[in-house]
Amino acid sequence: MPDLEQTEVTGVEPSHEKERYFRRFTRGQRYLHAALFSSFLGLAATGLPLRFSESIWARGLAKGVGGFGAILFFHKFCALVLTVAFLIHVKDLITRVIVHREKGIFWGATSMVANWKDVKDLFGHFRWFLGLGPKPQFERYAYWEKFDYWAVFWGMVVIGFSGYAMWFAPFFAHFLPGWALNAVLVIHSEEGLLAILFIFSIHFVNTHLRPDSFPMDLVIFTGVESEEEFKHKRPLEYERLRSQGKLEARLAEAPGIWQINFSKVVGFTAIAIGLVLLVLTLSAYLRE
Amino acid sequence: MKTASLIALALGSLLVAASPRAAKAQTDCLSCHADLSLQDASGKSVGVDEHTFGASLHGSLKCGDCHAAIKEYPHPDQITPVKCESCHADQAAGLAGSVHSVKAEHPCTSCHGDAHAIFPKDDPRSAVYPLNVPRTCGACHGNNGMAQKHGLPNVYPLYLDSIHGFALSKEGLLVAANCQSCHGSHHILSHNDPRSPTYKTNVPKTCGSCHAGITANYMGGVHGKAVAAGDLKAPVCSDCHTAHAILQPTADAFRMQSTPICGSCHKEKLSTYRDTFHSQLGSLGGYVETARCWDCHGAHDVLPASDARSPINKANLVATCGRCHAGANASFVQYQPHANARNRKLNPALFFVRLFMNLLLAGTLGFFVIHTILWMIRSRYDQIKTKPANGGKNA
Repeated sequence: MPDLEQTEVTGVEPSHEKERYFRRFTRGQRYLHAALFSSFLGLAATGLPLRFSESIWARGLAKGVGGFGAILFFHKFCALVLTVAFLIHVKDLITRVIVHREKGIFWGATSMVANWKDVKDLFGHFRWFLGLGPKPQFERYAYWEKFDYWAVFWGMVVIGFSGYAMWFAPFFAHFLPGWALNAVLVIHSEEGLLAILFIFSIHFVNTHLRPDSFPMDLVIFTGVESEEEFKHKRPLEYERLRSQGKLEARLAEAPGIWQINFSKVVGFTAIAIGLVLLVLTLSAYLRE
Repeated sequence: MKTASLIALALGSLLVAASPRAAKAQTDCLSCHADLSLQDASGKSVGVDEHTFGASLHGSLKCGDCHAAIKEYPHPDQITPVKCESCHADQAAGLAGSVHSVKAEHPCTSCHGDAHAIFPKDDPRSAVYPLNVPRTCGACHGNNGMAQKHGLPNVYPLYLDSIHGFALSKEGLLVAANCQSCHGSHHILSHNDPRSPTYKTNVPKTCGSCHAGITANYMGGVHGKAVAAGDLKAPVCSDCHTAHAILQPTADAFRMQSTPICGSCHKEKLSTYRDTFHSQLGSLGGYVETARCWDCHGAHDVLPASDARSPINKANLVATCGRCHAGANASFVQYQPHANARNRKLNPALFFVRLFMNLLLAGTLGFFVIHTILWMIRSRYDQIKTKPANGGKNA
């Protein structure tokens, strides 16, 4: 393993200067992701002690952030941050559809909406896993990235609605039946658990820890990626841009050393917190 | 001159008459025993502080009244022990039938202190003055060795930290319950003895000697009625409040410890309560406001939901829930604080919601765990195969 790391560093460093970099995410998208993951970590860290309130670490964690009142306060605070981030994203989508008349949002190569190619890619990917076919060529967003996006989108609607229904239960009781007040806790805690388990295991591995990106895909932090990485991971998008002559428009400066280091610190911290929470969650869940 | 000496004589006899009678009466004994350093052959002090004794409850008695075996001087080295019961027959009889009946281990002086310095129990100098009782009993019952030997809990520290102990030791409140308020004094019986004031069915009456209002409430509730009917499984005061470590019921610690106590009988109810937000919030400690059993069911006068006076009677739910949830309405109180999402018959809607959520969770994770593991293996295999030179790093 030390050998691998050694060659890794020497392999990347010289290519830094000569390699071209392309923009993948805008500043706004990166900030949105930062708001998303930091509030999500906060929600997970303060929600898990509630979900597993009988476990040993729950009380310790509750005490750690300043007792029970503080845990609920932080949970609601993070919920508000995430709600604002979500609304900004929705507002952005509406603006792009209504004001800018961007059709690419709903269909086409750059859309988040699933299409027939995604279904074929999924099966093709499995065939490739098993050595039964060639590796599928991906466009701007691969099928698992679209799934991540919609899982979070659905999750925020479901967890958010059930959370607010509990926060303002007497108000929601005006138009929800009584049993729904019981159901929202079940929904909130199960969907929250799914989100936590999914993000801290599947998303972490698919996006950051898989061999192609190991130990971390910095593109969501720096916004840019190298030409080699671009070509390797999203050959169809690269080809499309090149044939349309739009590739140069996406050219960007190589990320500064400070930017890479800062991204690594933030990213690894998030991943470390996530993995600790994952272990705690699994230990408590399996003991239930 | 003659008149003057007569007056002096009269004054002198008055002075003599005014001096403590006891001291005068004991002169013979005290000529030796007034020496406080005086010891018998075994090294035990046999000195008597004549002033303290004179002021004590027994100060009017002569030495010979208690030490009846001593008739002449010099008296033998070994003297017969004093028999308190020759005067205090009732107390002695009580003690003989009590848990402290072994006389050698529990002489009167073990509680009443120095035999020559016994004061009335309303005198702060008395070892059995209310504020001194816990310390007196604690001399034995705060001793781990003695507690272990007799298989008794070490109750003294528990009592001192209790609400009664605080009232007594911090506030000096004479009416605060001390040991003998509940256990009695001479005729102390085991709590297993039906005659004991600490026997289960007698506890409400014992506590009720001070807490009359609460006891009346309790006797009207399901628990009180069950105990009165002889059901020994129903809780009495000490089952929820404990016997010695009684806490302020609003204290965090009490609110934390008491839900499992109700749950030790109401197991199914505790289990379903554990699934709710009330419990999840409450279990973390520090946040004492969340509803515990008695916040909804009442504490002492617990009544079945069918009783119109019960706070969980349908007609009272809006008011009961509204105590915490401002704006609670008829729809809000349909919330089931003991819903069981695992029970399809009782809570079908909740059962299917939970089933759907669990299938979603298991399905999503199951699919992606397989997907990710296969992907990892294949990617790594590809890297090593295509670019072995740089350790298989792609990008």
